[in-house]
Amino acid sequence: MAERNRTRHTGRFTPYLFLAPYLLLFGTFVAAPIVFGVWISLHEWDYMLPNKPWAGLSNYTDLFDPDSLDFDDFWQSMRATGIFTVASVPFLVVIPLGIALLLHRRFPGRNLFRALYFAPYVLGVAVVGLLWRYLLDPDVGAVNFVAGLIGLPDHTAWVNSLPWAWIGLVAMTVWWTLGFNAVIYLAGLQDVPAELHEAASIDGAGVWHRFWHVTLPGLRPVMAFVVTITILASANMFGQSYLVTDGSPGKDTRTAIMYIAQEGLRGFKMGNAAAMGFVLALMLAVVSILNFRLMRYKE
Amino acid sequence: MATVSRRRKGASIGWYTILIGLSLVFIAPLVWMFITSLKSRDEALRMPPTILPEHVSGKGYGTIMGGDSQAPVLTWFTNSMIAAVGHTALVLVVASSAAYALARMEFPGRKVLFGLIISTLFVPSFVMLIPNYLIVDSLGWIDSLWALAIPGAAGAFGVFFLRQFFMSLPPALEEAALLDGANHFQIFLRIVLPLSKPALATLAVLSFLTNWNDFVWPVYVMFNPENMTLPPGLASLQGAYIADYPVAMAGAVITAIPVLALFLFTQRYVIEGVSRSGLKG
Repeated sequence: MAERNRTRHTGRFTPYLFLAPYLLLFGTFVAAPIVFGVWISLHEWDYMLPNKPWAGLSNYTDLFDPDSLDFDDFWQSMRATGIFTVASVPFLVVIPLGIALLLHRRFPGRNLFRALYFAPYVLGVAVVGLLWRYLLDPDVGAVNFVAGLIGLPDHTAWVNSLPWAWIGLVAMTVWWTLGFNAVIYLAGLQDVPAELHEAASIDGAGVWHRFWHVTLPGLRPVMAFVVTITILASANMFGQSYLVTDGSPGKDTRTAIMYIAQEGLRGFKMGNAAAMGFVLALMLAVVSILNFRLMRYKE
Repeated sequence: MATVSRRRKGASIGWYTILIGLSLVFIAPLVWMFITSLKSRDEALRMPPTILPEHVSGKGYGTIMGGDSQAPVLTWFTNSMIAAVGHTALVLVVASSAAYALARMEFPGRKVLFGLIISTLFVPSFVMLIPNYLIVDSLGWIDSLWALAIPGAAGAFGVFFLRQFFMSLPPALEEAALLDGANHFQIFLRIVLPLSKPALATLAVLSFLTNWNDFVWPVYVMFNPENMTLPPGLASLQGAYIADYPVAMAGAVITAIPVLALFLFTQRYVIEGVSRSGLKG
């Protein structure tokens, strides 16, 4: 008996044994890279050169100096990411809410429709990119064909002219990822108390009134979350531009991630690229915090 | 707490019309991808397009499956499978044991450690792109499947997700087992893991999908066509077969089928996993 009781106090090292395999990975591929990334960004870190001289903050200050080599390209890529984010987020916040409201009732086939709308999201950007490169082909693409059928211009250069390239990139992204946001809204809608709706109905509130005064306020935290993750996802945009427009026309649709990866991993100017990554991350952090402040505590 | 919402009942014909119309928008491009993969190159370039292929042509698939050194799609498929299955197995092992310690054991530094792990969920992955390339390079993993299977398993999501689930299990279970003289390893393997099958299945499916679909990282760490997985392979395929759309669509179909099939059989797990982790994230 005494023997048994002793095993209650498992060894002092047991928790660490359980944690060790994960912590080894976490240390090597998450914690170390974050610290190492800062270190790289403070050096003139050319992969091909043996010397990596200390550069202080110059990789950062260069990004804000109009005379530096990277200035134009970097800010044009940030601008591309900004345009894409501003253009796609409203659609990805509003349309999925509409779809979630459509599905938020009991009817036969509900789960089937939910799965159908979600299906494109399980595909990778490689599949989606190849598919939409074909759909958006100016000469033989289905999008121009359908546009022609309904009397719209049927020779739009979706792939390499503005603003059409942006419209195509936003449309394919909305098609691809909308189901994800819809599913999150749908879960959020289930937490809006039904009693509130009933009380409002009894008070004679119409559908529209209930939507504005019951559903939307109840969804506010979920919406703040959706807006934030959608901004972050849009700011990470890479594959669509890489595969569909290849950054064209010119470098107009080359996004920040595309430029950072290109500079750091193909041009091997890793110090510069690491600094760019932190500048983008910092800007995203500011945007996320502002967004949460605005949406959570507004009353 | 959340009340069980009584959803409004019923749906009219108008309702269904909207739902079916929307379904077409989502599904038609996928059907088109499949149809095009069965066309000849010339037919895929025809305007107005033929809806169904006049002659079903296996050339799109033949080109990429026929041992063409430029586009060894079967090799990519195998590589993708190895990387994704290996990655998923690794995530399940390391995340479940770490999550168990964080959820069910008392030890000094637990809160700090958990806070540290969770805080990295907010660090965008592109920040780690450049340093991870150098770390993976120093391990000699560039252009190998190790680079695709292992670093991704260090992410905090799995630990976070499973810890939530383990905390929801009643503590009485393991208290009884501890009294019976079981140790933590036995409790973990014989009680906690079997009770967590739904959560483990959800995490497995999400990990597989993420790894199978990953794009930026494999595009930059894989070089030799023989070593590639499907996503960077498809990107090179598009470059090599410009305007040969049946070839591109055949590659896309082969890449899409495993994840669509997986989704078909596990859609509840996937959707519930996404909405649960989404809301609590």
